[in-house]
Amino acid sequence: MQERVKIPKFDVVGTRPVRPDGADKVTGRAKYGADHNVAGQLVGKVLRSPYPHARIKSIDTSAALALTGVKAVVTRDDFKDQSSEFVPAGEMLVNYRDVLRNVMAREKVLFEGHPVAAVAATSEAIARAALRAIKVEYEILPHVIDVVEAMKPDAPIVEDGMITVGVTPPPTKPSNVAKRVEFVLGDVEKGFKEADLVIEREFNTKPVHQGYIEPHACVGSVSEDGTAELWTTTQGHWIARAHCARLLGWDMTKLRVTSSEIGGGFGGKTVVYLEPLALALSAKTHRPVKMAMSREEVFKASGPTSGANVWVKMGVKKDGTITAGEAILKYQAGCFQGSPVQPGCMCAFAPYDLANVKVVGFDVLSNRPKVAAYRAPGGPISEYAVESVVDEIAEKLGMCPIELRLKNAAKEGTKAAYGPKFGPVGMVECLEAAKSSPHWNGPLGKNQGRGIAAGFWFNIGGETTVNLQLNEDGTLTLMAGTPDIGGLRASLAMMAAEELKIPYEKVRPIIGDTSTLGYNFVTGGSRSTFSSGLATVEAARSIIKQACGRAAKLWEIPEDAVTWDNGEIKPAGDNAGKFKPMKLSDIAKVAGKTGGSIVGVGAISAQGAAPSFGVHIADSEVDPDTGKLTITRYTVIQDAGIAIHPAYVEGQFQGGAAQGIGWALNEEYIYGADGKLQNAGFLDYRIPVASDLPMIETIIVEVPNPRHPYGVRGIGETAIVPPMAAINASAARATGVRMFELPLSPPKVLKAMKEAKKA
Amino acid sequence: MKHHVTTTINGDETEFLCDTEQTLLDCLRDELELTGTKEGCGSGDCGACSVLLDGRLVCSCLVLGVEVGGKKIDTIEGMATGDKLHPLQRKFLEHAALQCGICTPGVLVAAKSLLEKNPNPTETEVRYWLAGNLCRCTGYDKIIRAVMDAAAEMRGA
Ligand code: FES
Ligand code: FES
Repeated sequence: MQERVKIPKFDVVGTRPVRPDGADKVTGRAKYGADHNVAGQLVGKVLRSPYPHARIKSIDTSAALALTGVKAVVTRDDFKDQSSEFVPAGEMLVNYRDVLRNVMAREKVLFEGHPVAAVAATSEAIARAALRAIKVEYEILPHVIDVVEAMKPDAPIVEDGMITVGVTPPPTKPSNVAKRVEFVLGDVEKGFKEADLVIEREFNTKPVHQGYIEPHACVGSVSEDGTAELWTTTQGHWIARAHCARLLGWDMTKLRVTSSEIGGGFGGKTVVYLEPLALALSAKTHRPVKMAMSREEVFKASGPTSGANVWVKMGVKKDGTITAGEAILKYQAGCFQGSPVQPGCMCAFAPYDLANVKVVGFDVLSNRPKVAAYRAPGGPISEYAVESVVDEIAEKLGMCPIELRLKNAAKEGTKAAYGPKFGPVGMVECLEAAKSSPHWNGPLGKNQGRGIAAGFWFNIGGETTVNLQLNEDGTLTLMAGTPDIGGLRASLAMMAAEELKIPYEKVRPIIGDTSTLGYNFVTGGSRSTFSSGLATVEAARSIIKQACGRAAKLWEIPEDAVTWDNGEIKPAGDNAGKFKPMKLSDIAKVAGKTGGSIVGVGAISAQGAAPSFGVHIADSEVDPDTGKLTITRYTVIQDAGIAIHPAYVEGQFQGGAAQGIGWALNEEYIYGADGKLQNAGFLDYRIPVASDLPMIETIIVEVPNPRHPYGVRGIGETAIVPPMAAINASAARATGVRMFELPLSPPKVLKAMKEAKKA
Repeated sequence: MKHHVTTTINGDETEFLCDTEQTLLDCLRDELELTGTKEGCGSGDCGACSVLLDGRLVCSCLVLGVEVGGKKIDTIEGMATGDKLHPLQRKFLEHAALQCGICTPGVLVAAKSLLEKNPNPTETEVRYWLAGNLCRCTGYDKIIRAVMDAAAEMRGA
């Protein structure tokens, strides 16, 4: 059942047209990262560290360079070192010292898979031979993988000399804790005293990979005059340009970056891995260099998100009023600082209107790949822990988990622990929709349990540019710069059509490159439909204004005597009815004669992004013999603001839920004692397949965002937040035992059930 | 030394040269520029490289180029006829059954081979048949619906 709670009154917004890039994608015509070839291109390959932690004593590339067909090798010596400074990128801050070291190891290798050299050769086979011929001398160092281990005083230090930030007085001894953050509202001690019931629990989660099906791939081509082109699969080509230009010491204007069609990103393609290497190799050879990761490289050396240890304590009165919430989050950052622990802290209790909250977070290094953003980075982990405790509270109080949440739900005016007061938000509406949903009121079978959980994500705006050009025949070409991962072009064309009162098919949207369009921040933070939508509306309004000006010229009346009335340009006031109304297409025909081409630009820093709350209901069934959990029914309820293209909103809900189901049940990075990843492939890192899942029901709640002309909130990320807790709750009811660790894999579940039976 | 392979791709006789170790997927993509067939893993685990080999659904990353001499290969590029999309392609668009679309060619080729064998599959049959085609974006819901709907249309139901 697909259902919408509220129907908006627009002509185009809210309908379900076929996406403009659709035909190319069902026929194989669309060009993704690895689908682009340039005449004369070389094959680039990366030599990666076999060790999780080692000092690089020397790198000898002479034998590799001597091979016929090897055109260039780059190592740490080909990149100038960067100073340590933090600048914003995506939803996190980046430090170019670390970005550089992540792209190419310098003093040490810090995880298995860390790049130590890259080669360009005339064929794949020669490139591989060259990698084998490079001699690297390592001094192997002790490594640390687990986050709790990494925080111990005697743990091997990943980054020499790192002193924890955010602690007063600053520690004197280096550690793996990069940062401590704290968010406090009210007084938790007071809150716990008021409570009739206090529950305290500790949870563990494993790192999970974004799992995009398209591996990272790019082609870099540097001309003899130093200008360069980069084709890459990315969530942000302006960010890719900034990173590459910075690491290579180039002027930005010399580098033109084109984003290919992108085969999934989920946050993981907001960083650069291969791009600076391909460009550096091309700069040496002046031949185009194509690079692509294998799936093993994707697992070992890109993404994932943090694994974590989370402690939660909550106090509640008998009537269900939550009096205090406290949490300590320890997030793995991988080998460089910058885990999403801060957003994790901010999200932890965000679904609730609480007087007393304290959340402390630690950003912890270990010998793992540096984490990358993954859909609502940080939120799913902390909210899994908090929502699992909320569920246990409901059980202990004998209260319906929806009623308990309704009693404490965040609403308009609620002050979030992380600072702001919420505007209109849909948490209550989502809970009400859940309460009356067919799923919540449906039957359960044998060995089945039902769980529910809420989730929150901020959503962001940011720098965005859209160009809209009126063509001679009255059609429009729309150029946006936030890579379209799953229907953006459709939504933007819909908003332009709505605004300009023209048919959807008359607007052709494309994604521009870094040299043809103004700056665009990444597709991330659920911002692209929101921000590029705002910029589109602004560009469309500029077109209308210019068109009215042209009509004024033609009619020889003042500009303010011309109005735009539902798709028609009309003389107004004293002149009303004196001239025949014109359409945009009429103006387009005479644009040349009335002042030249009509182009609307929306160049904005989008403000007013609004959070999205969601509630998920999961039914799971346990096989008592094996401990295997199967999701038998699943419903996503989420506030979309207004759904521009409801089918793609549902798609985001369903996709987020499916990723969450994987996170809850199967997915995890498994390391051996040697610090090496043991499941770097889709066979052993098992993401949900079609036969694992039921249909995923959706209910789109629409509490419009007042700060967007079409009410958009941004919906891509919230959907991955509630699944782990909803499934955990359903598993507790199906098995009769509460579990505190992800994934809920069969051996763990079976063990927990056996232990519960013994007890 | 390269091998000379003669094969039929999407109905056209096609020749290419390949190294012994090159997979059919590499040959399609790198030698013939048929990049509609995608590589997601190179190890037979994702289905993005699905093609039909003499009518049988295979992962082209698990077949060597030298093996396909004299055989018939169908790829995504051959699925539409003239300006007419295959009903599956059309239904995928109508149902919004793709987000990023990287899995789509493989899913479509696999689904087409299912409907050739079983024009009236149950939801479970579709789910199990497509279990070798990973999609990270959609949660499969709309894919399954599109396949069922296309099957119904093709049956004339
Ligand atoms: S590329 Fe062949 S199965 Fe994944
Ligand atoms: S649509 Fe992206 S992997 Fe299927």
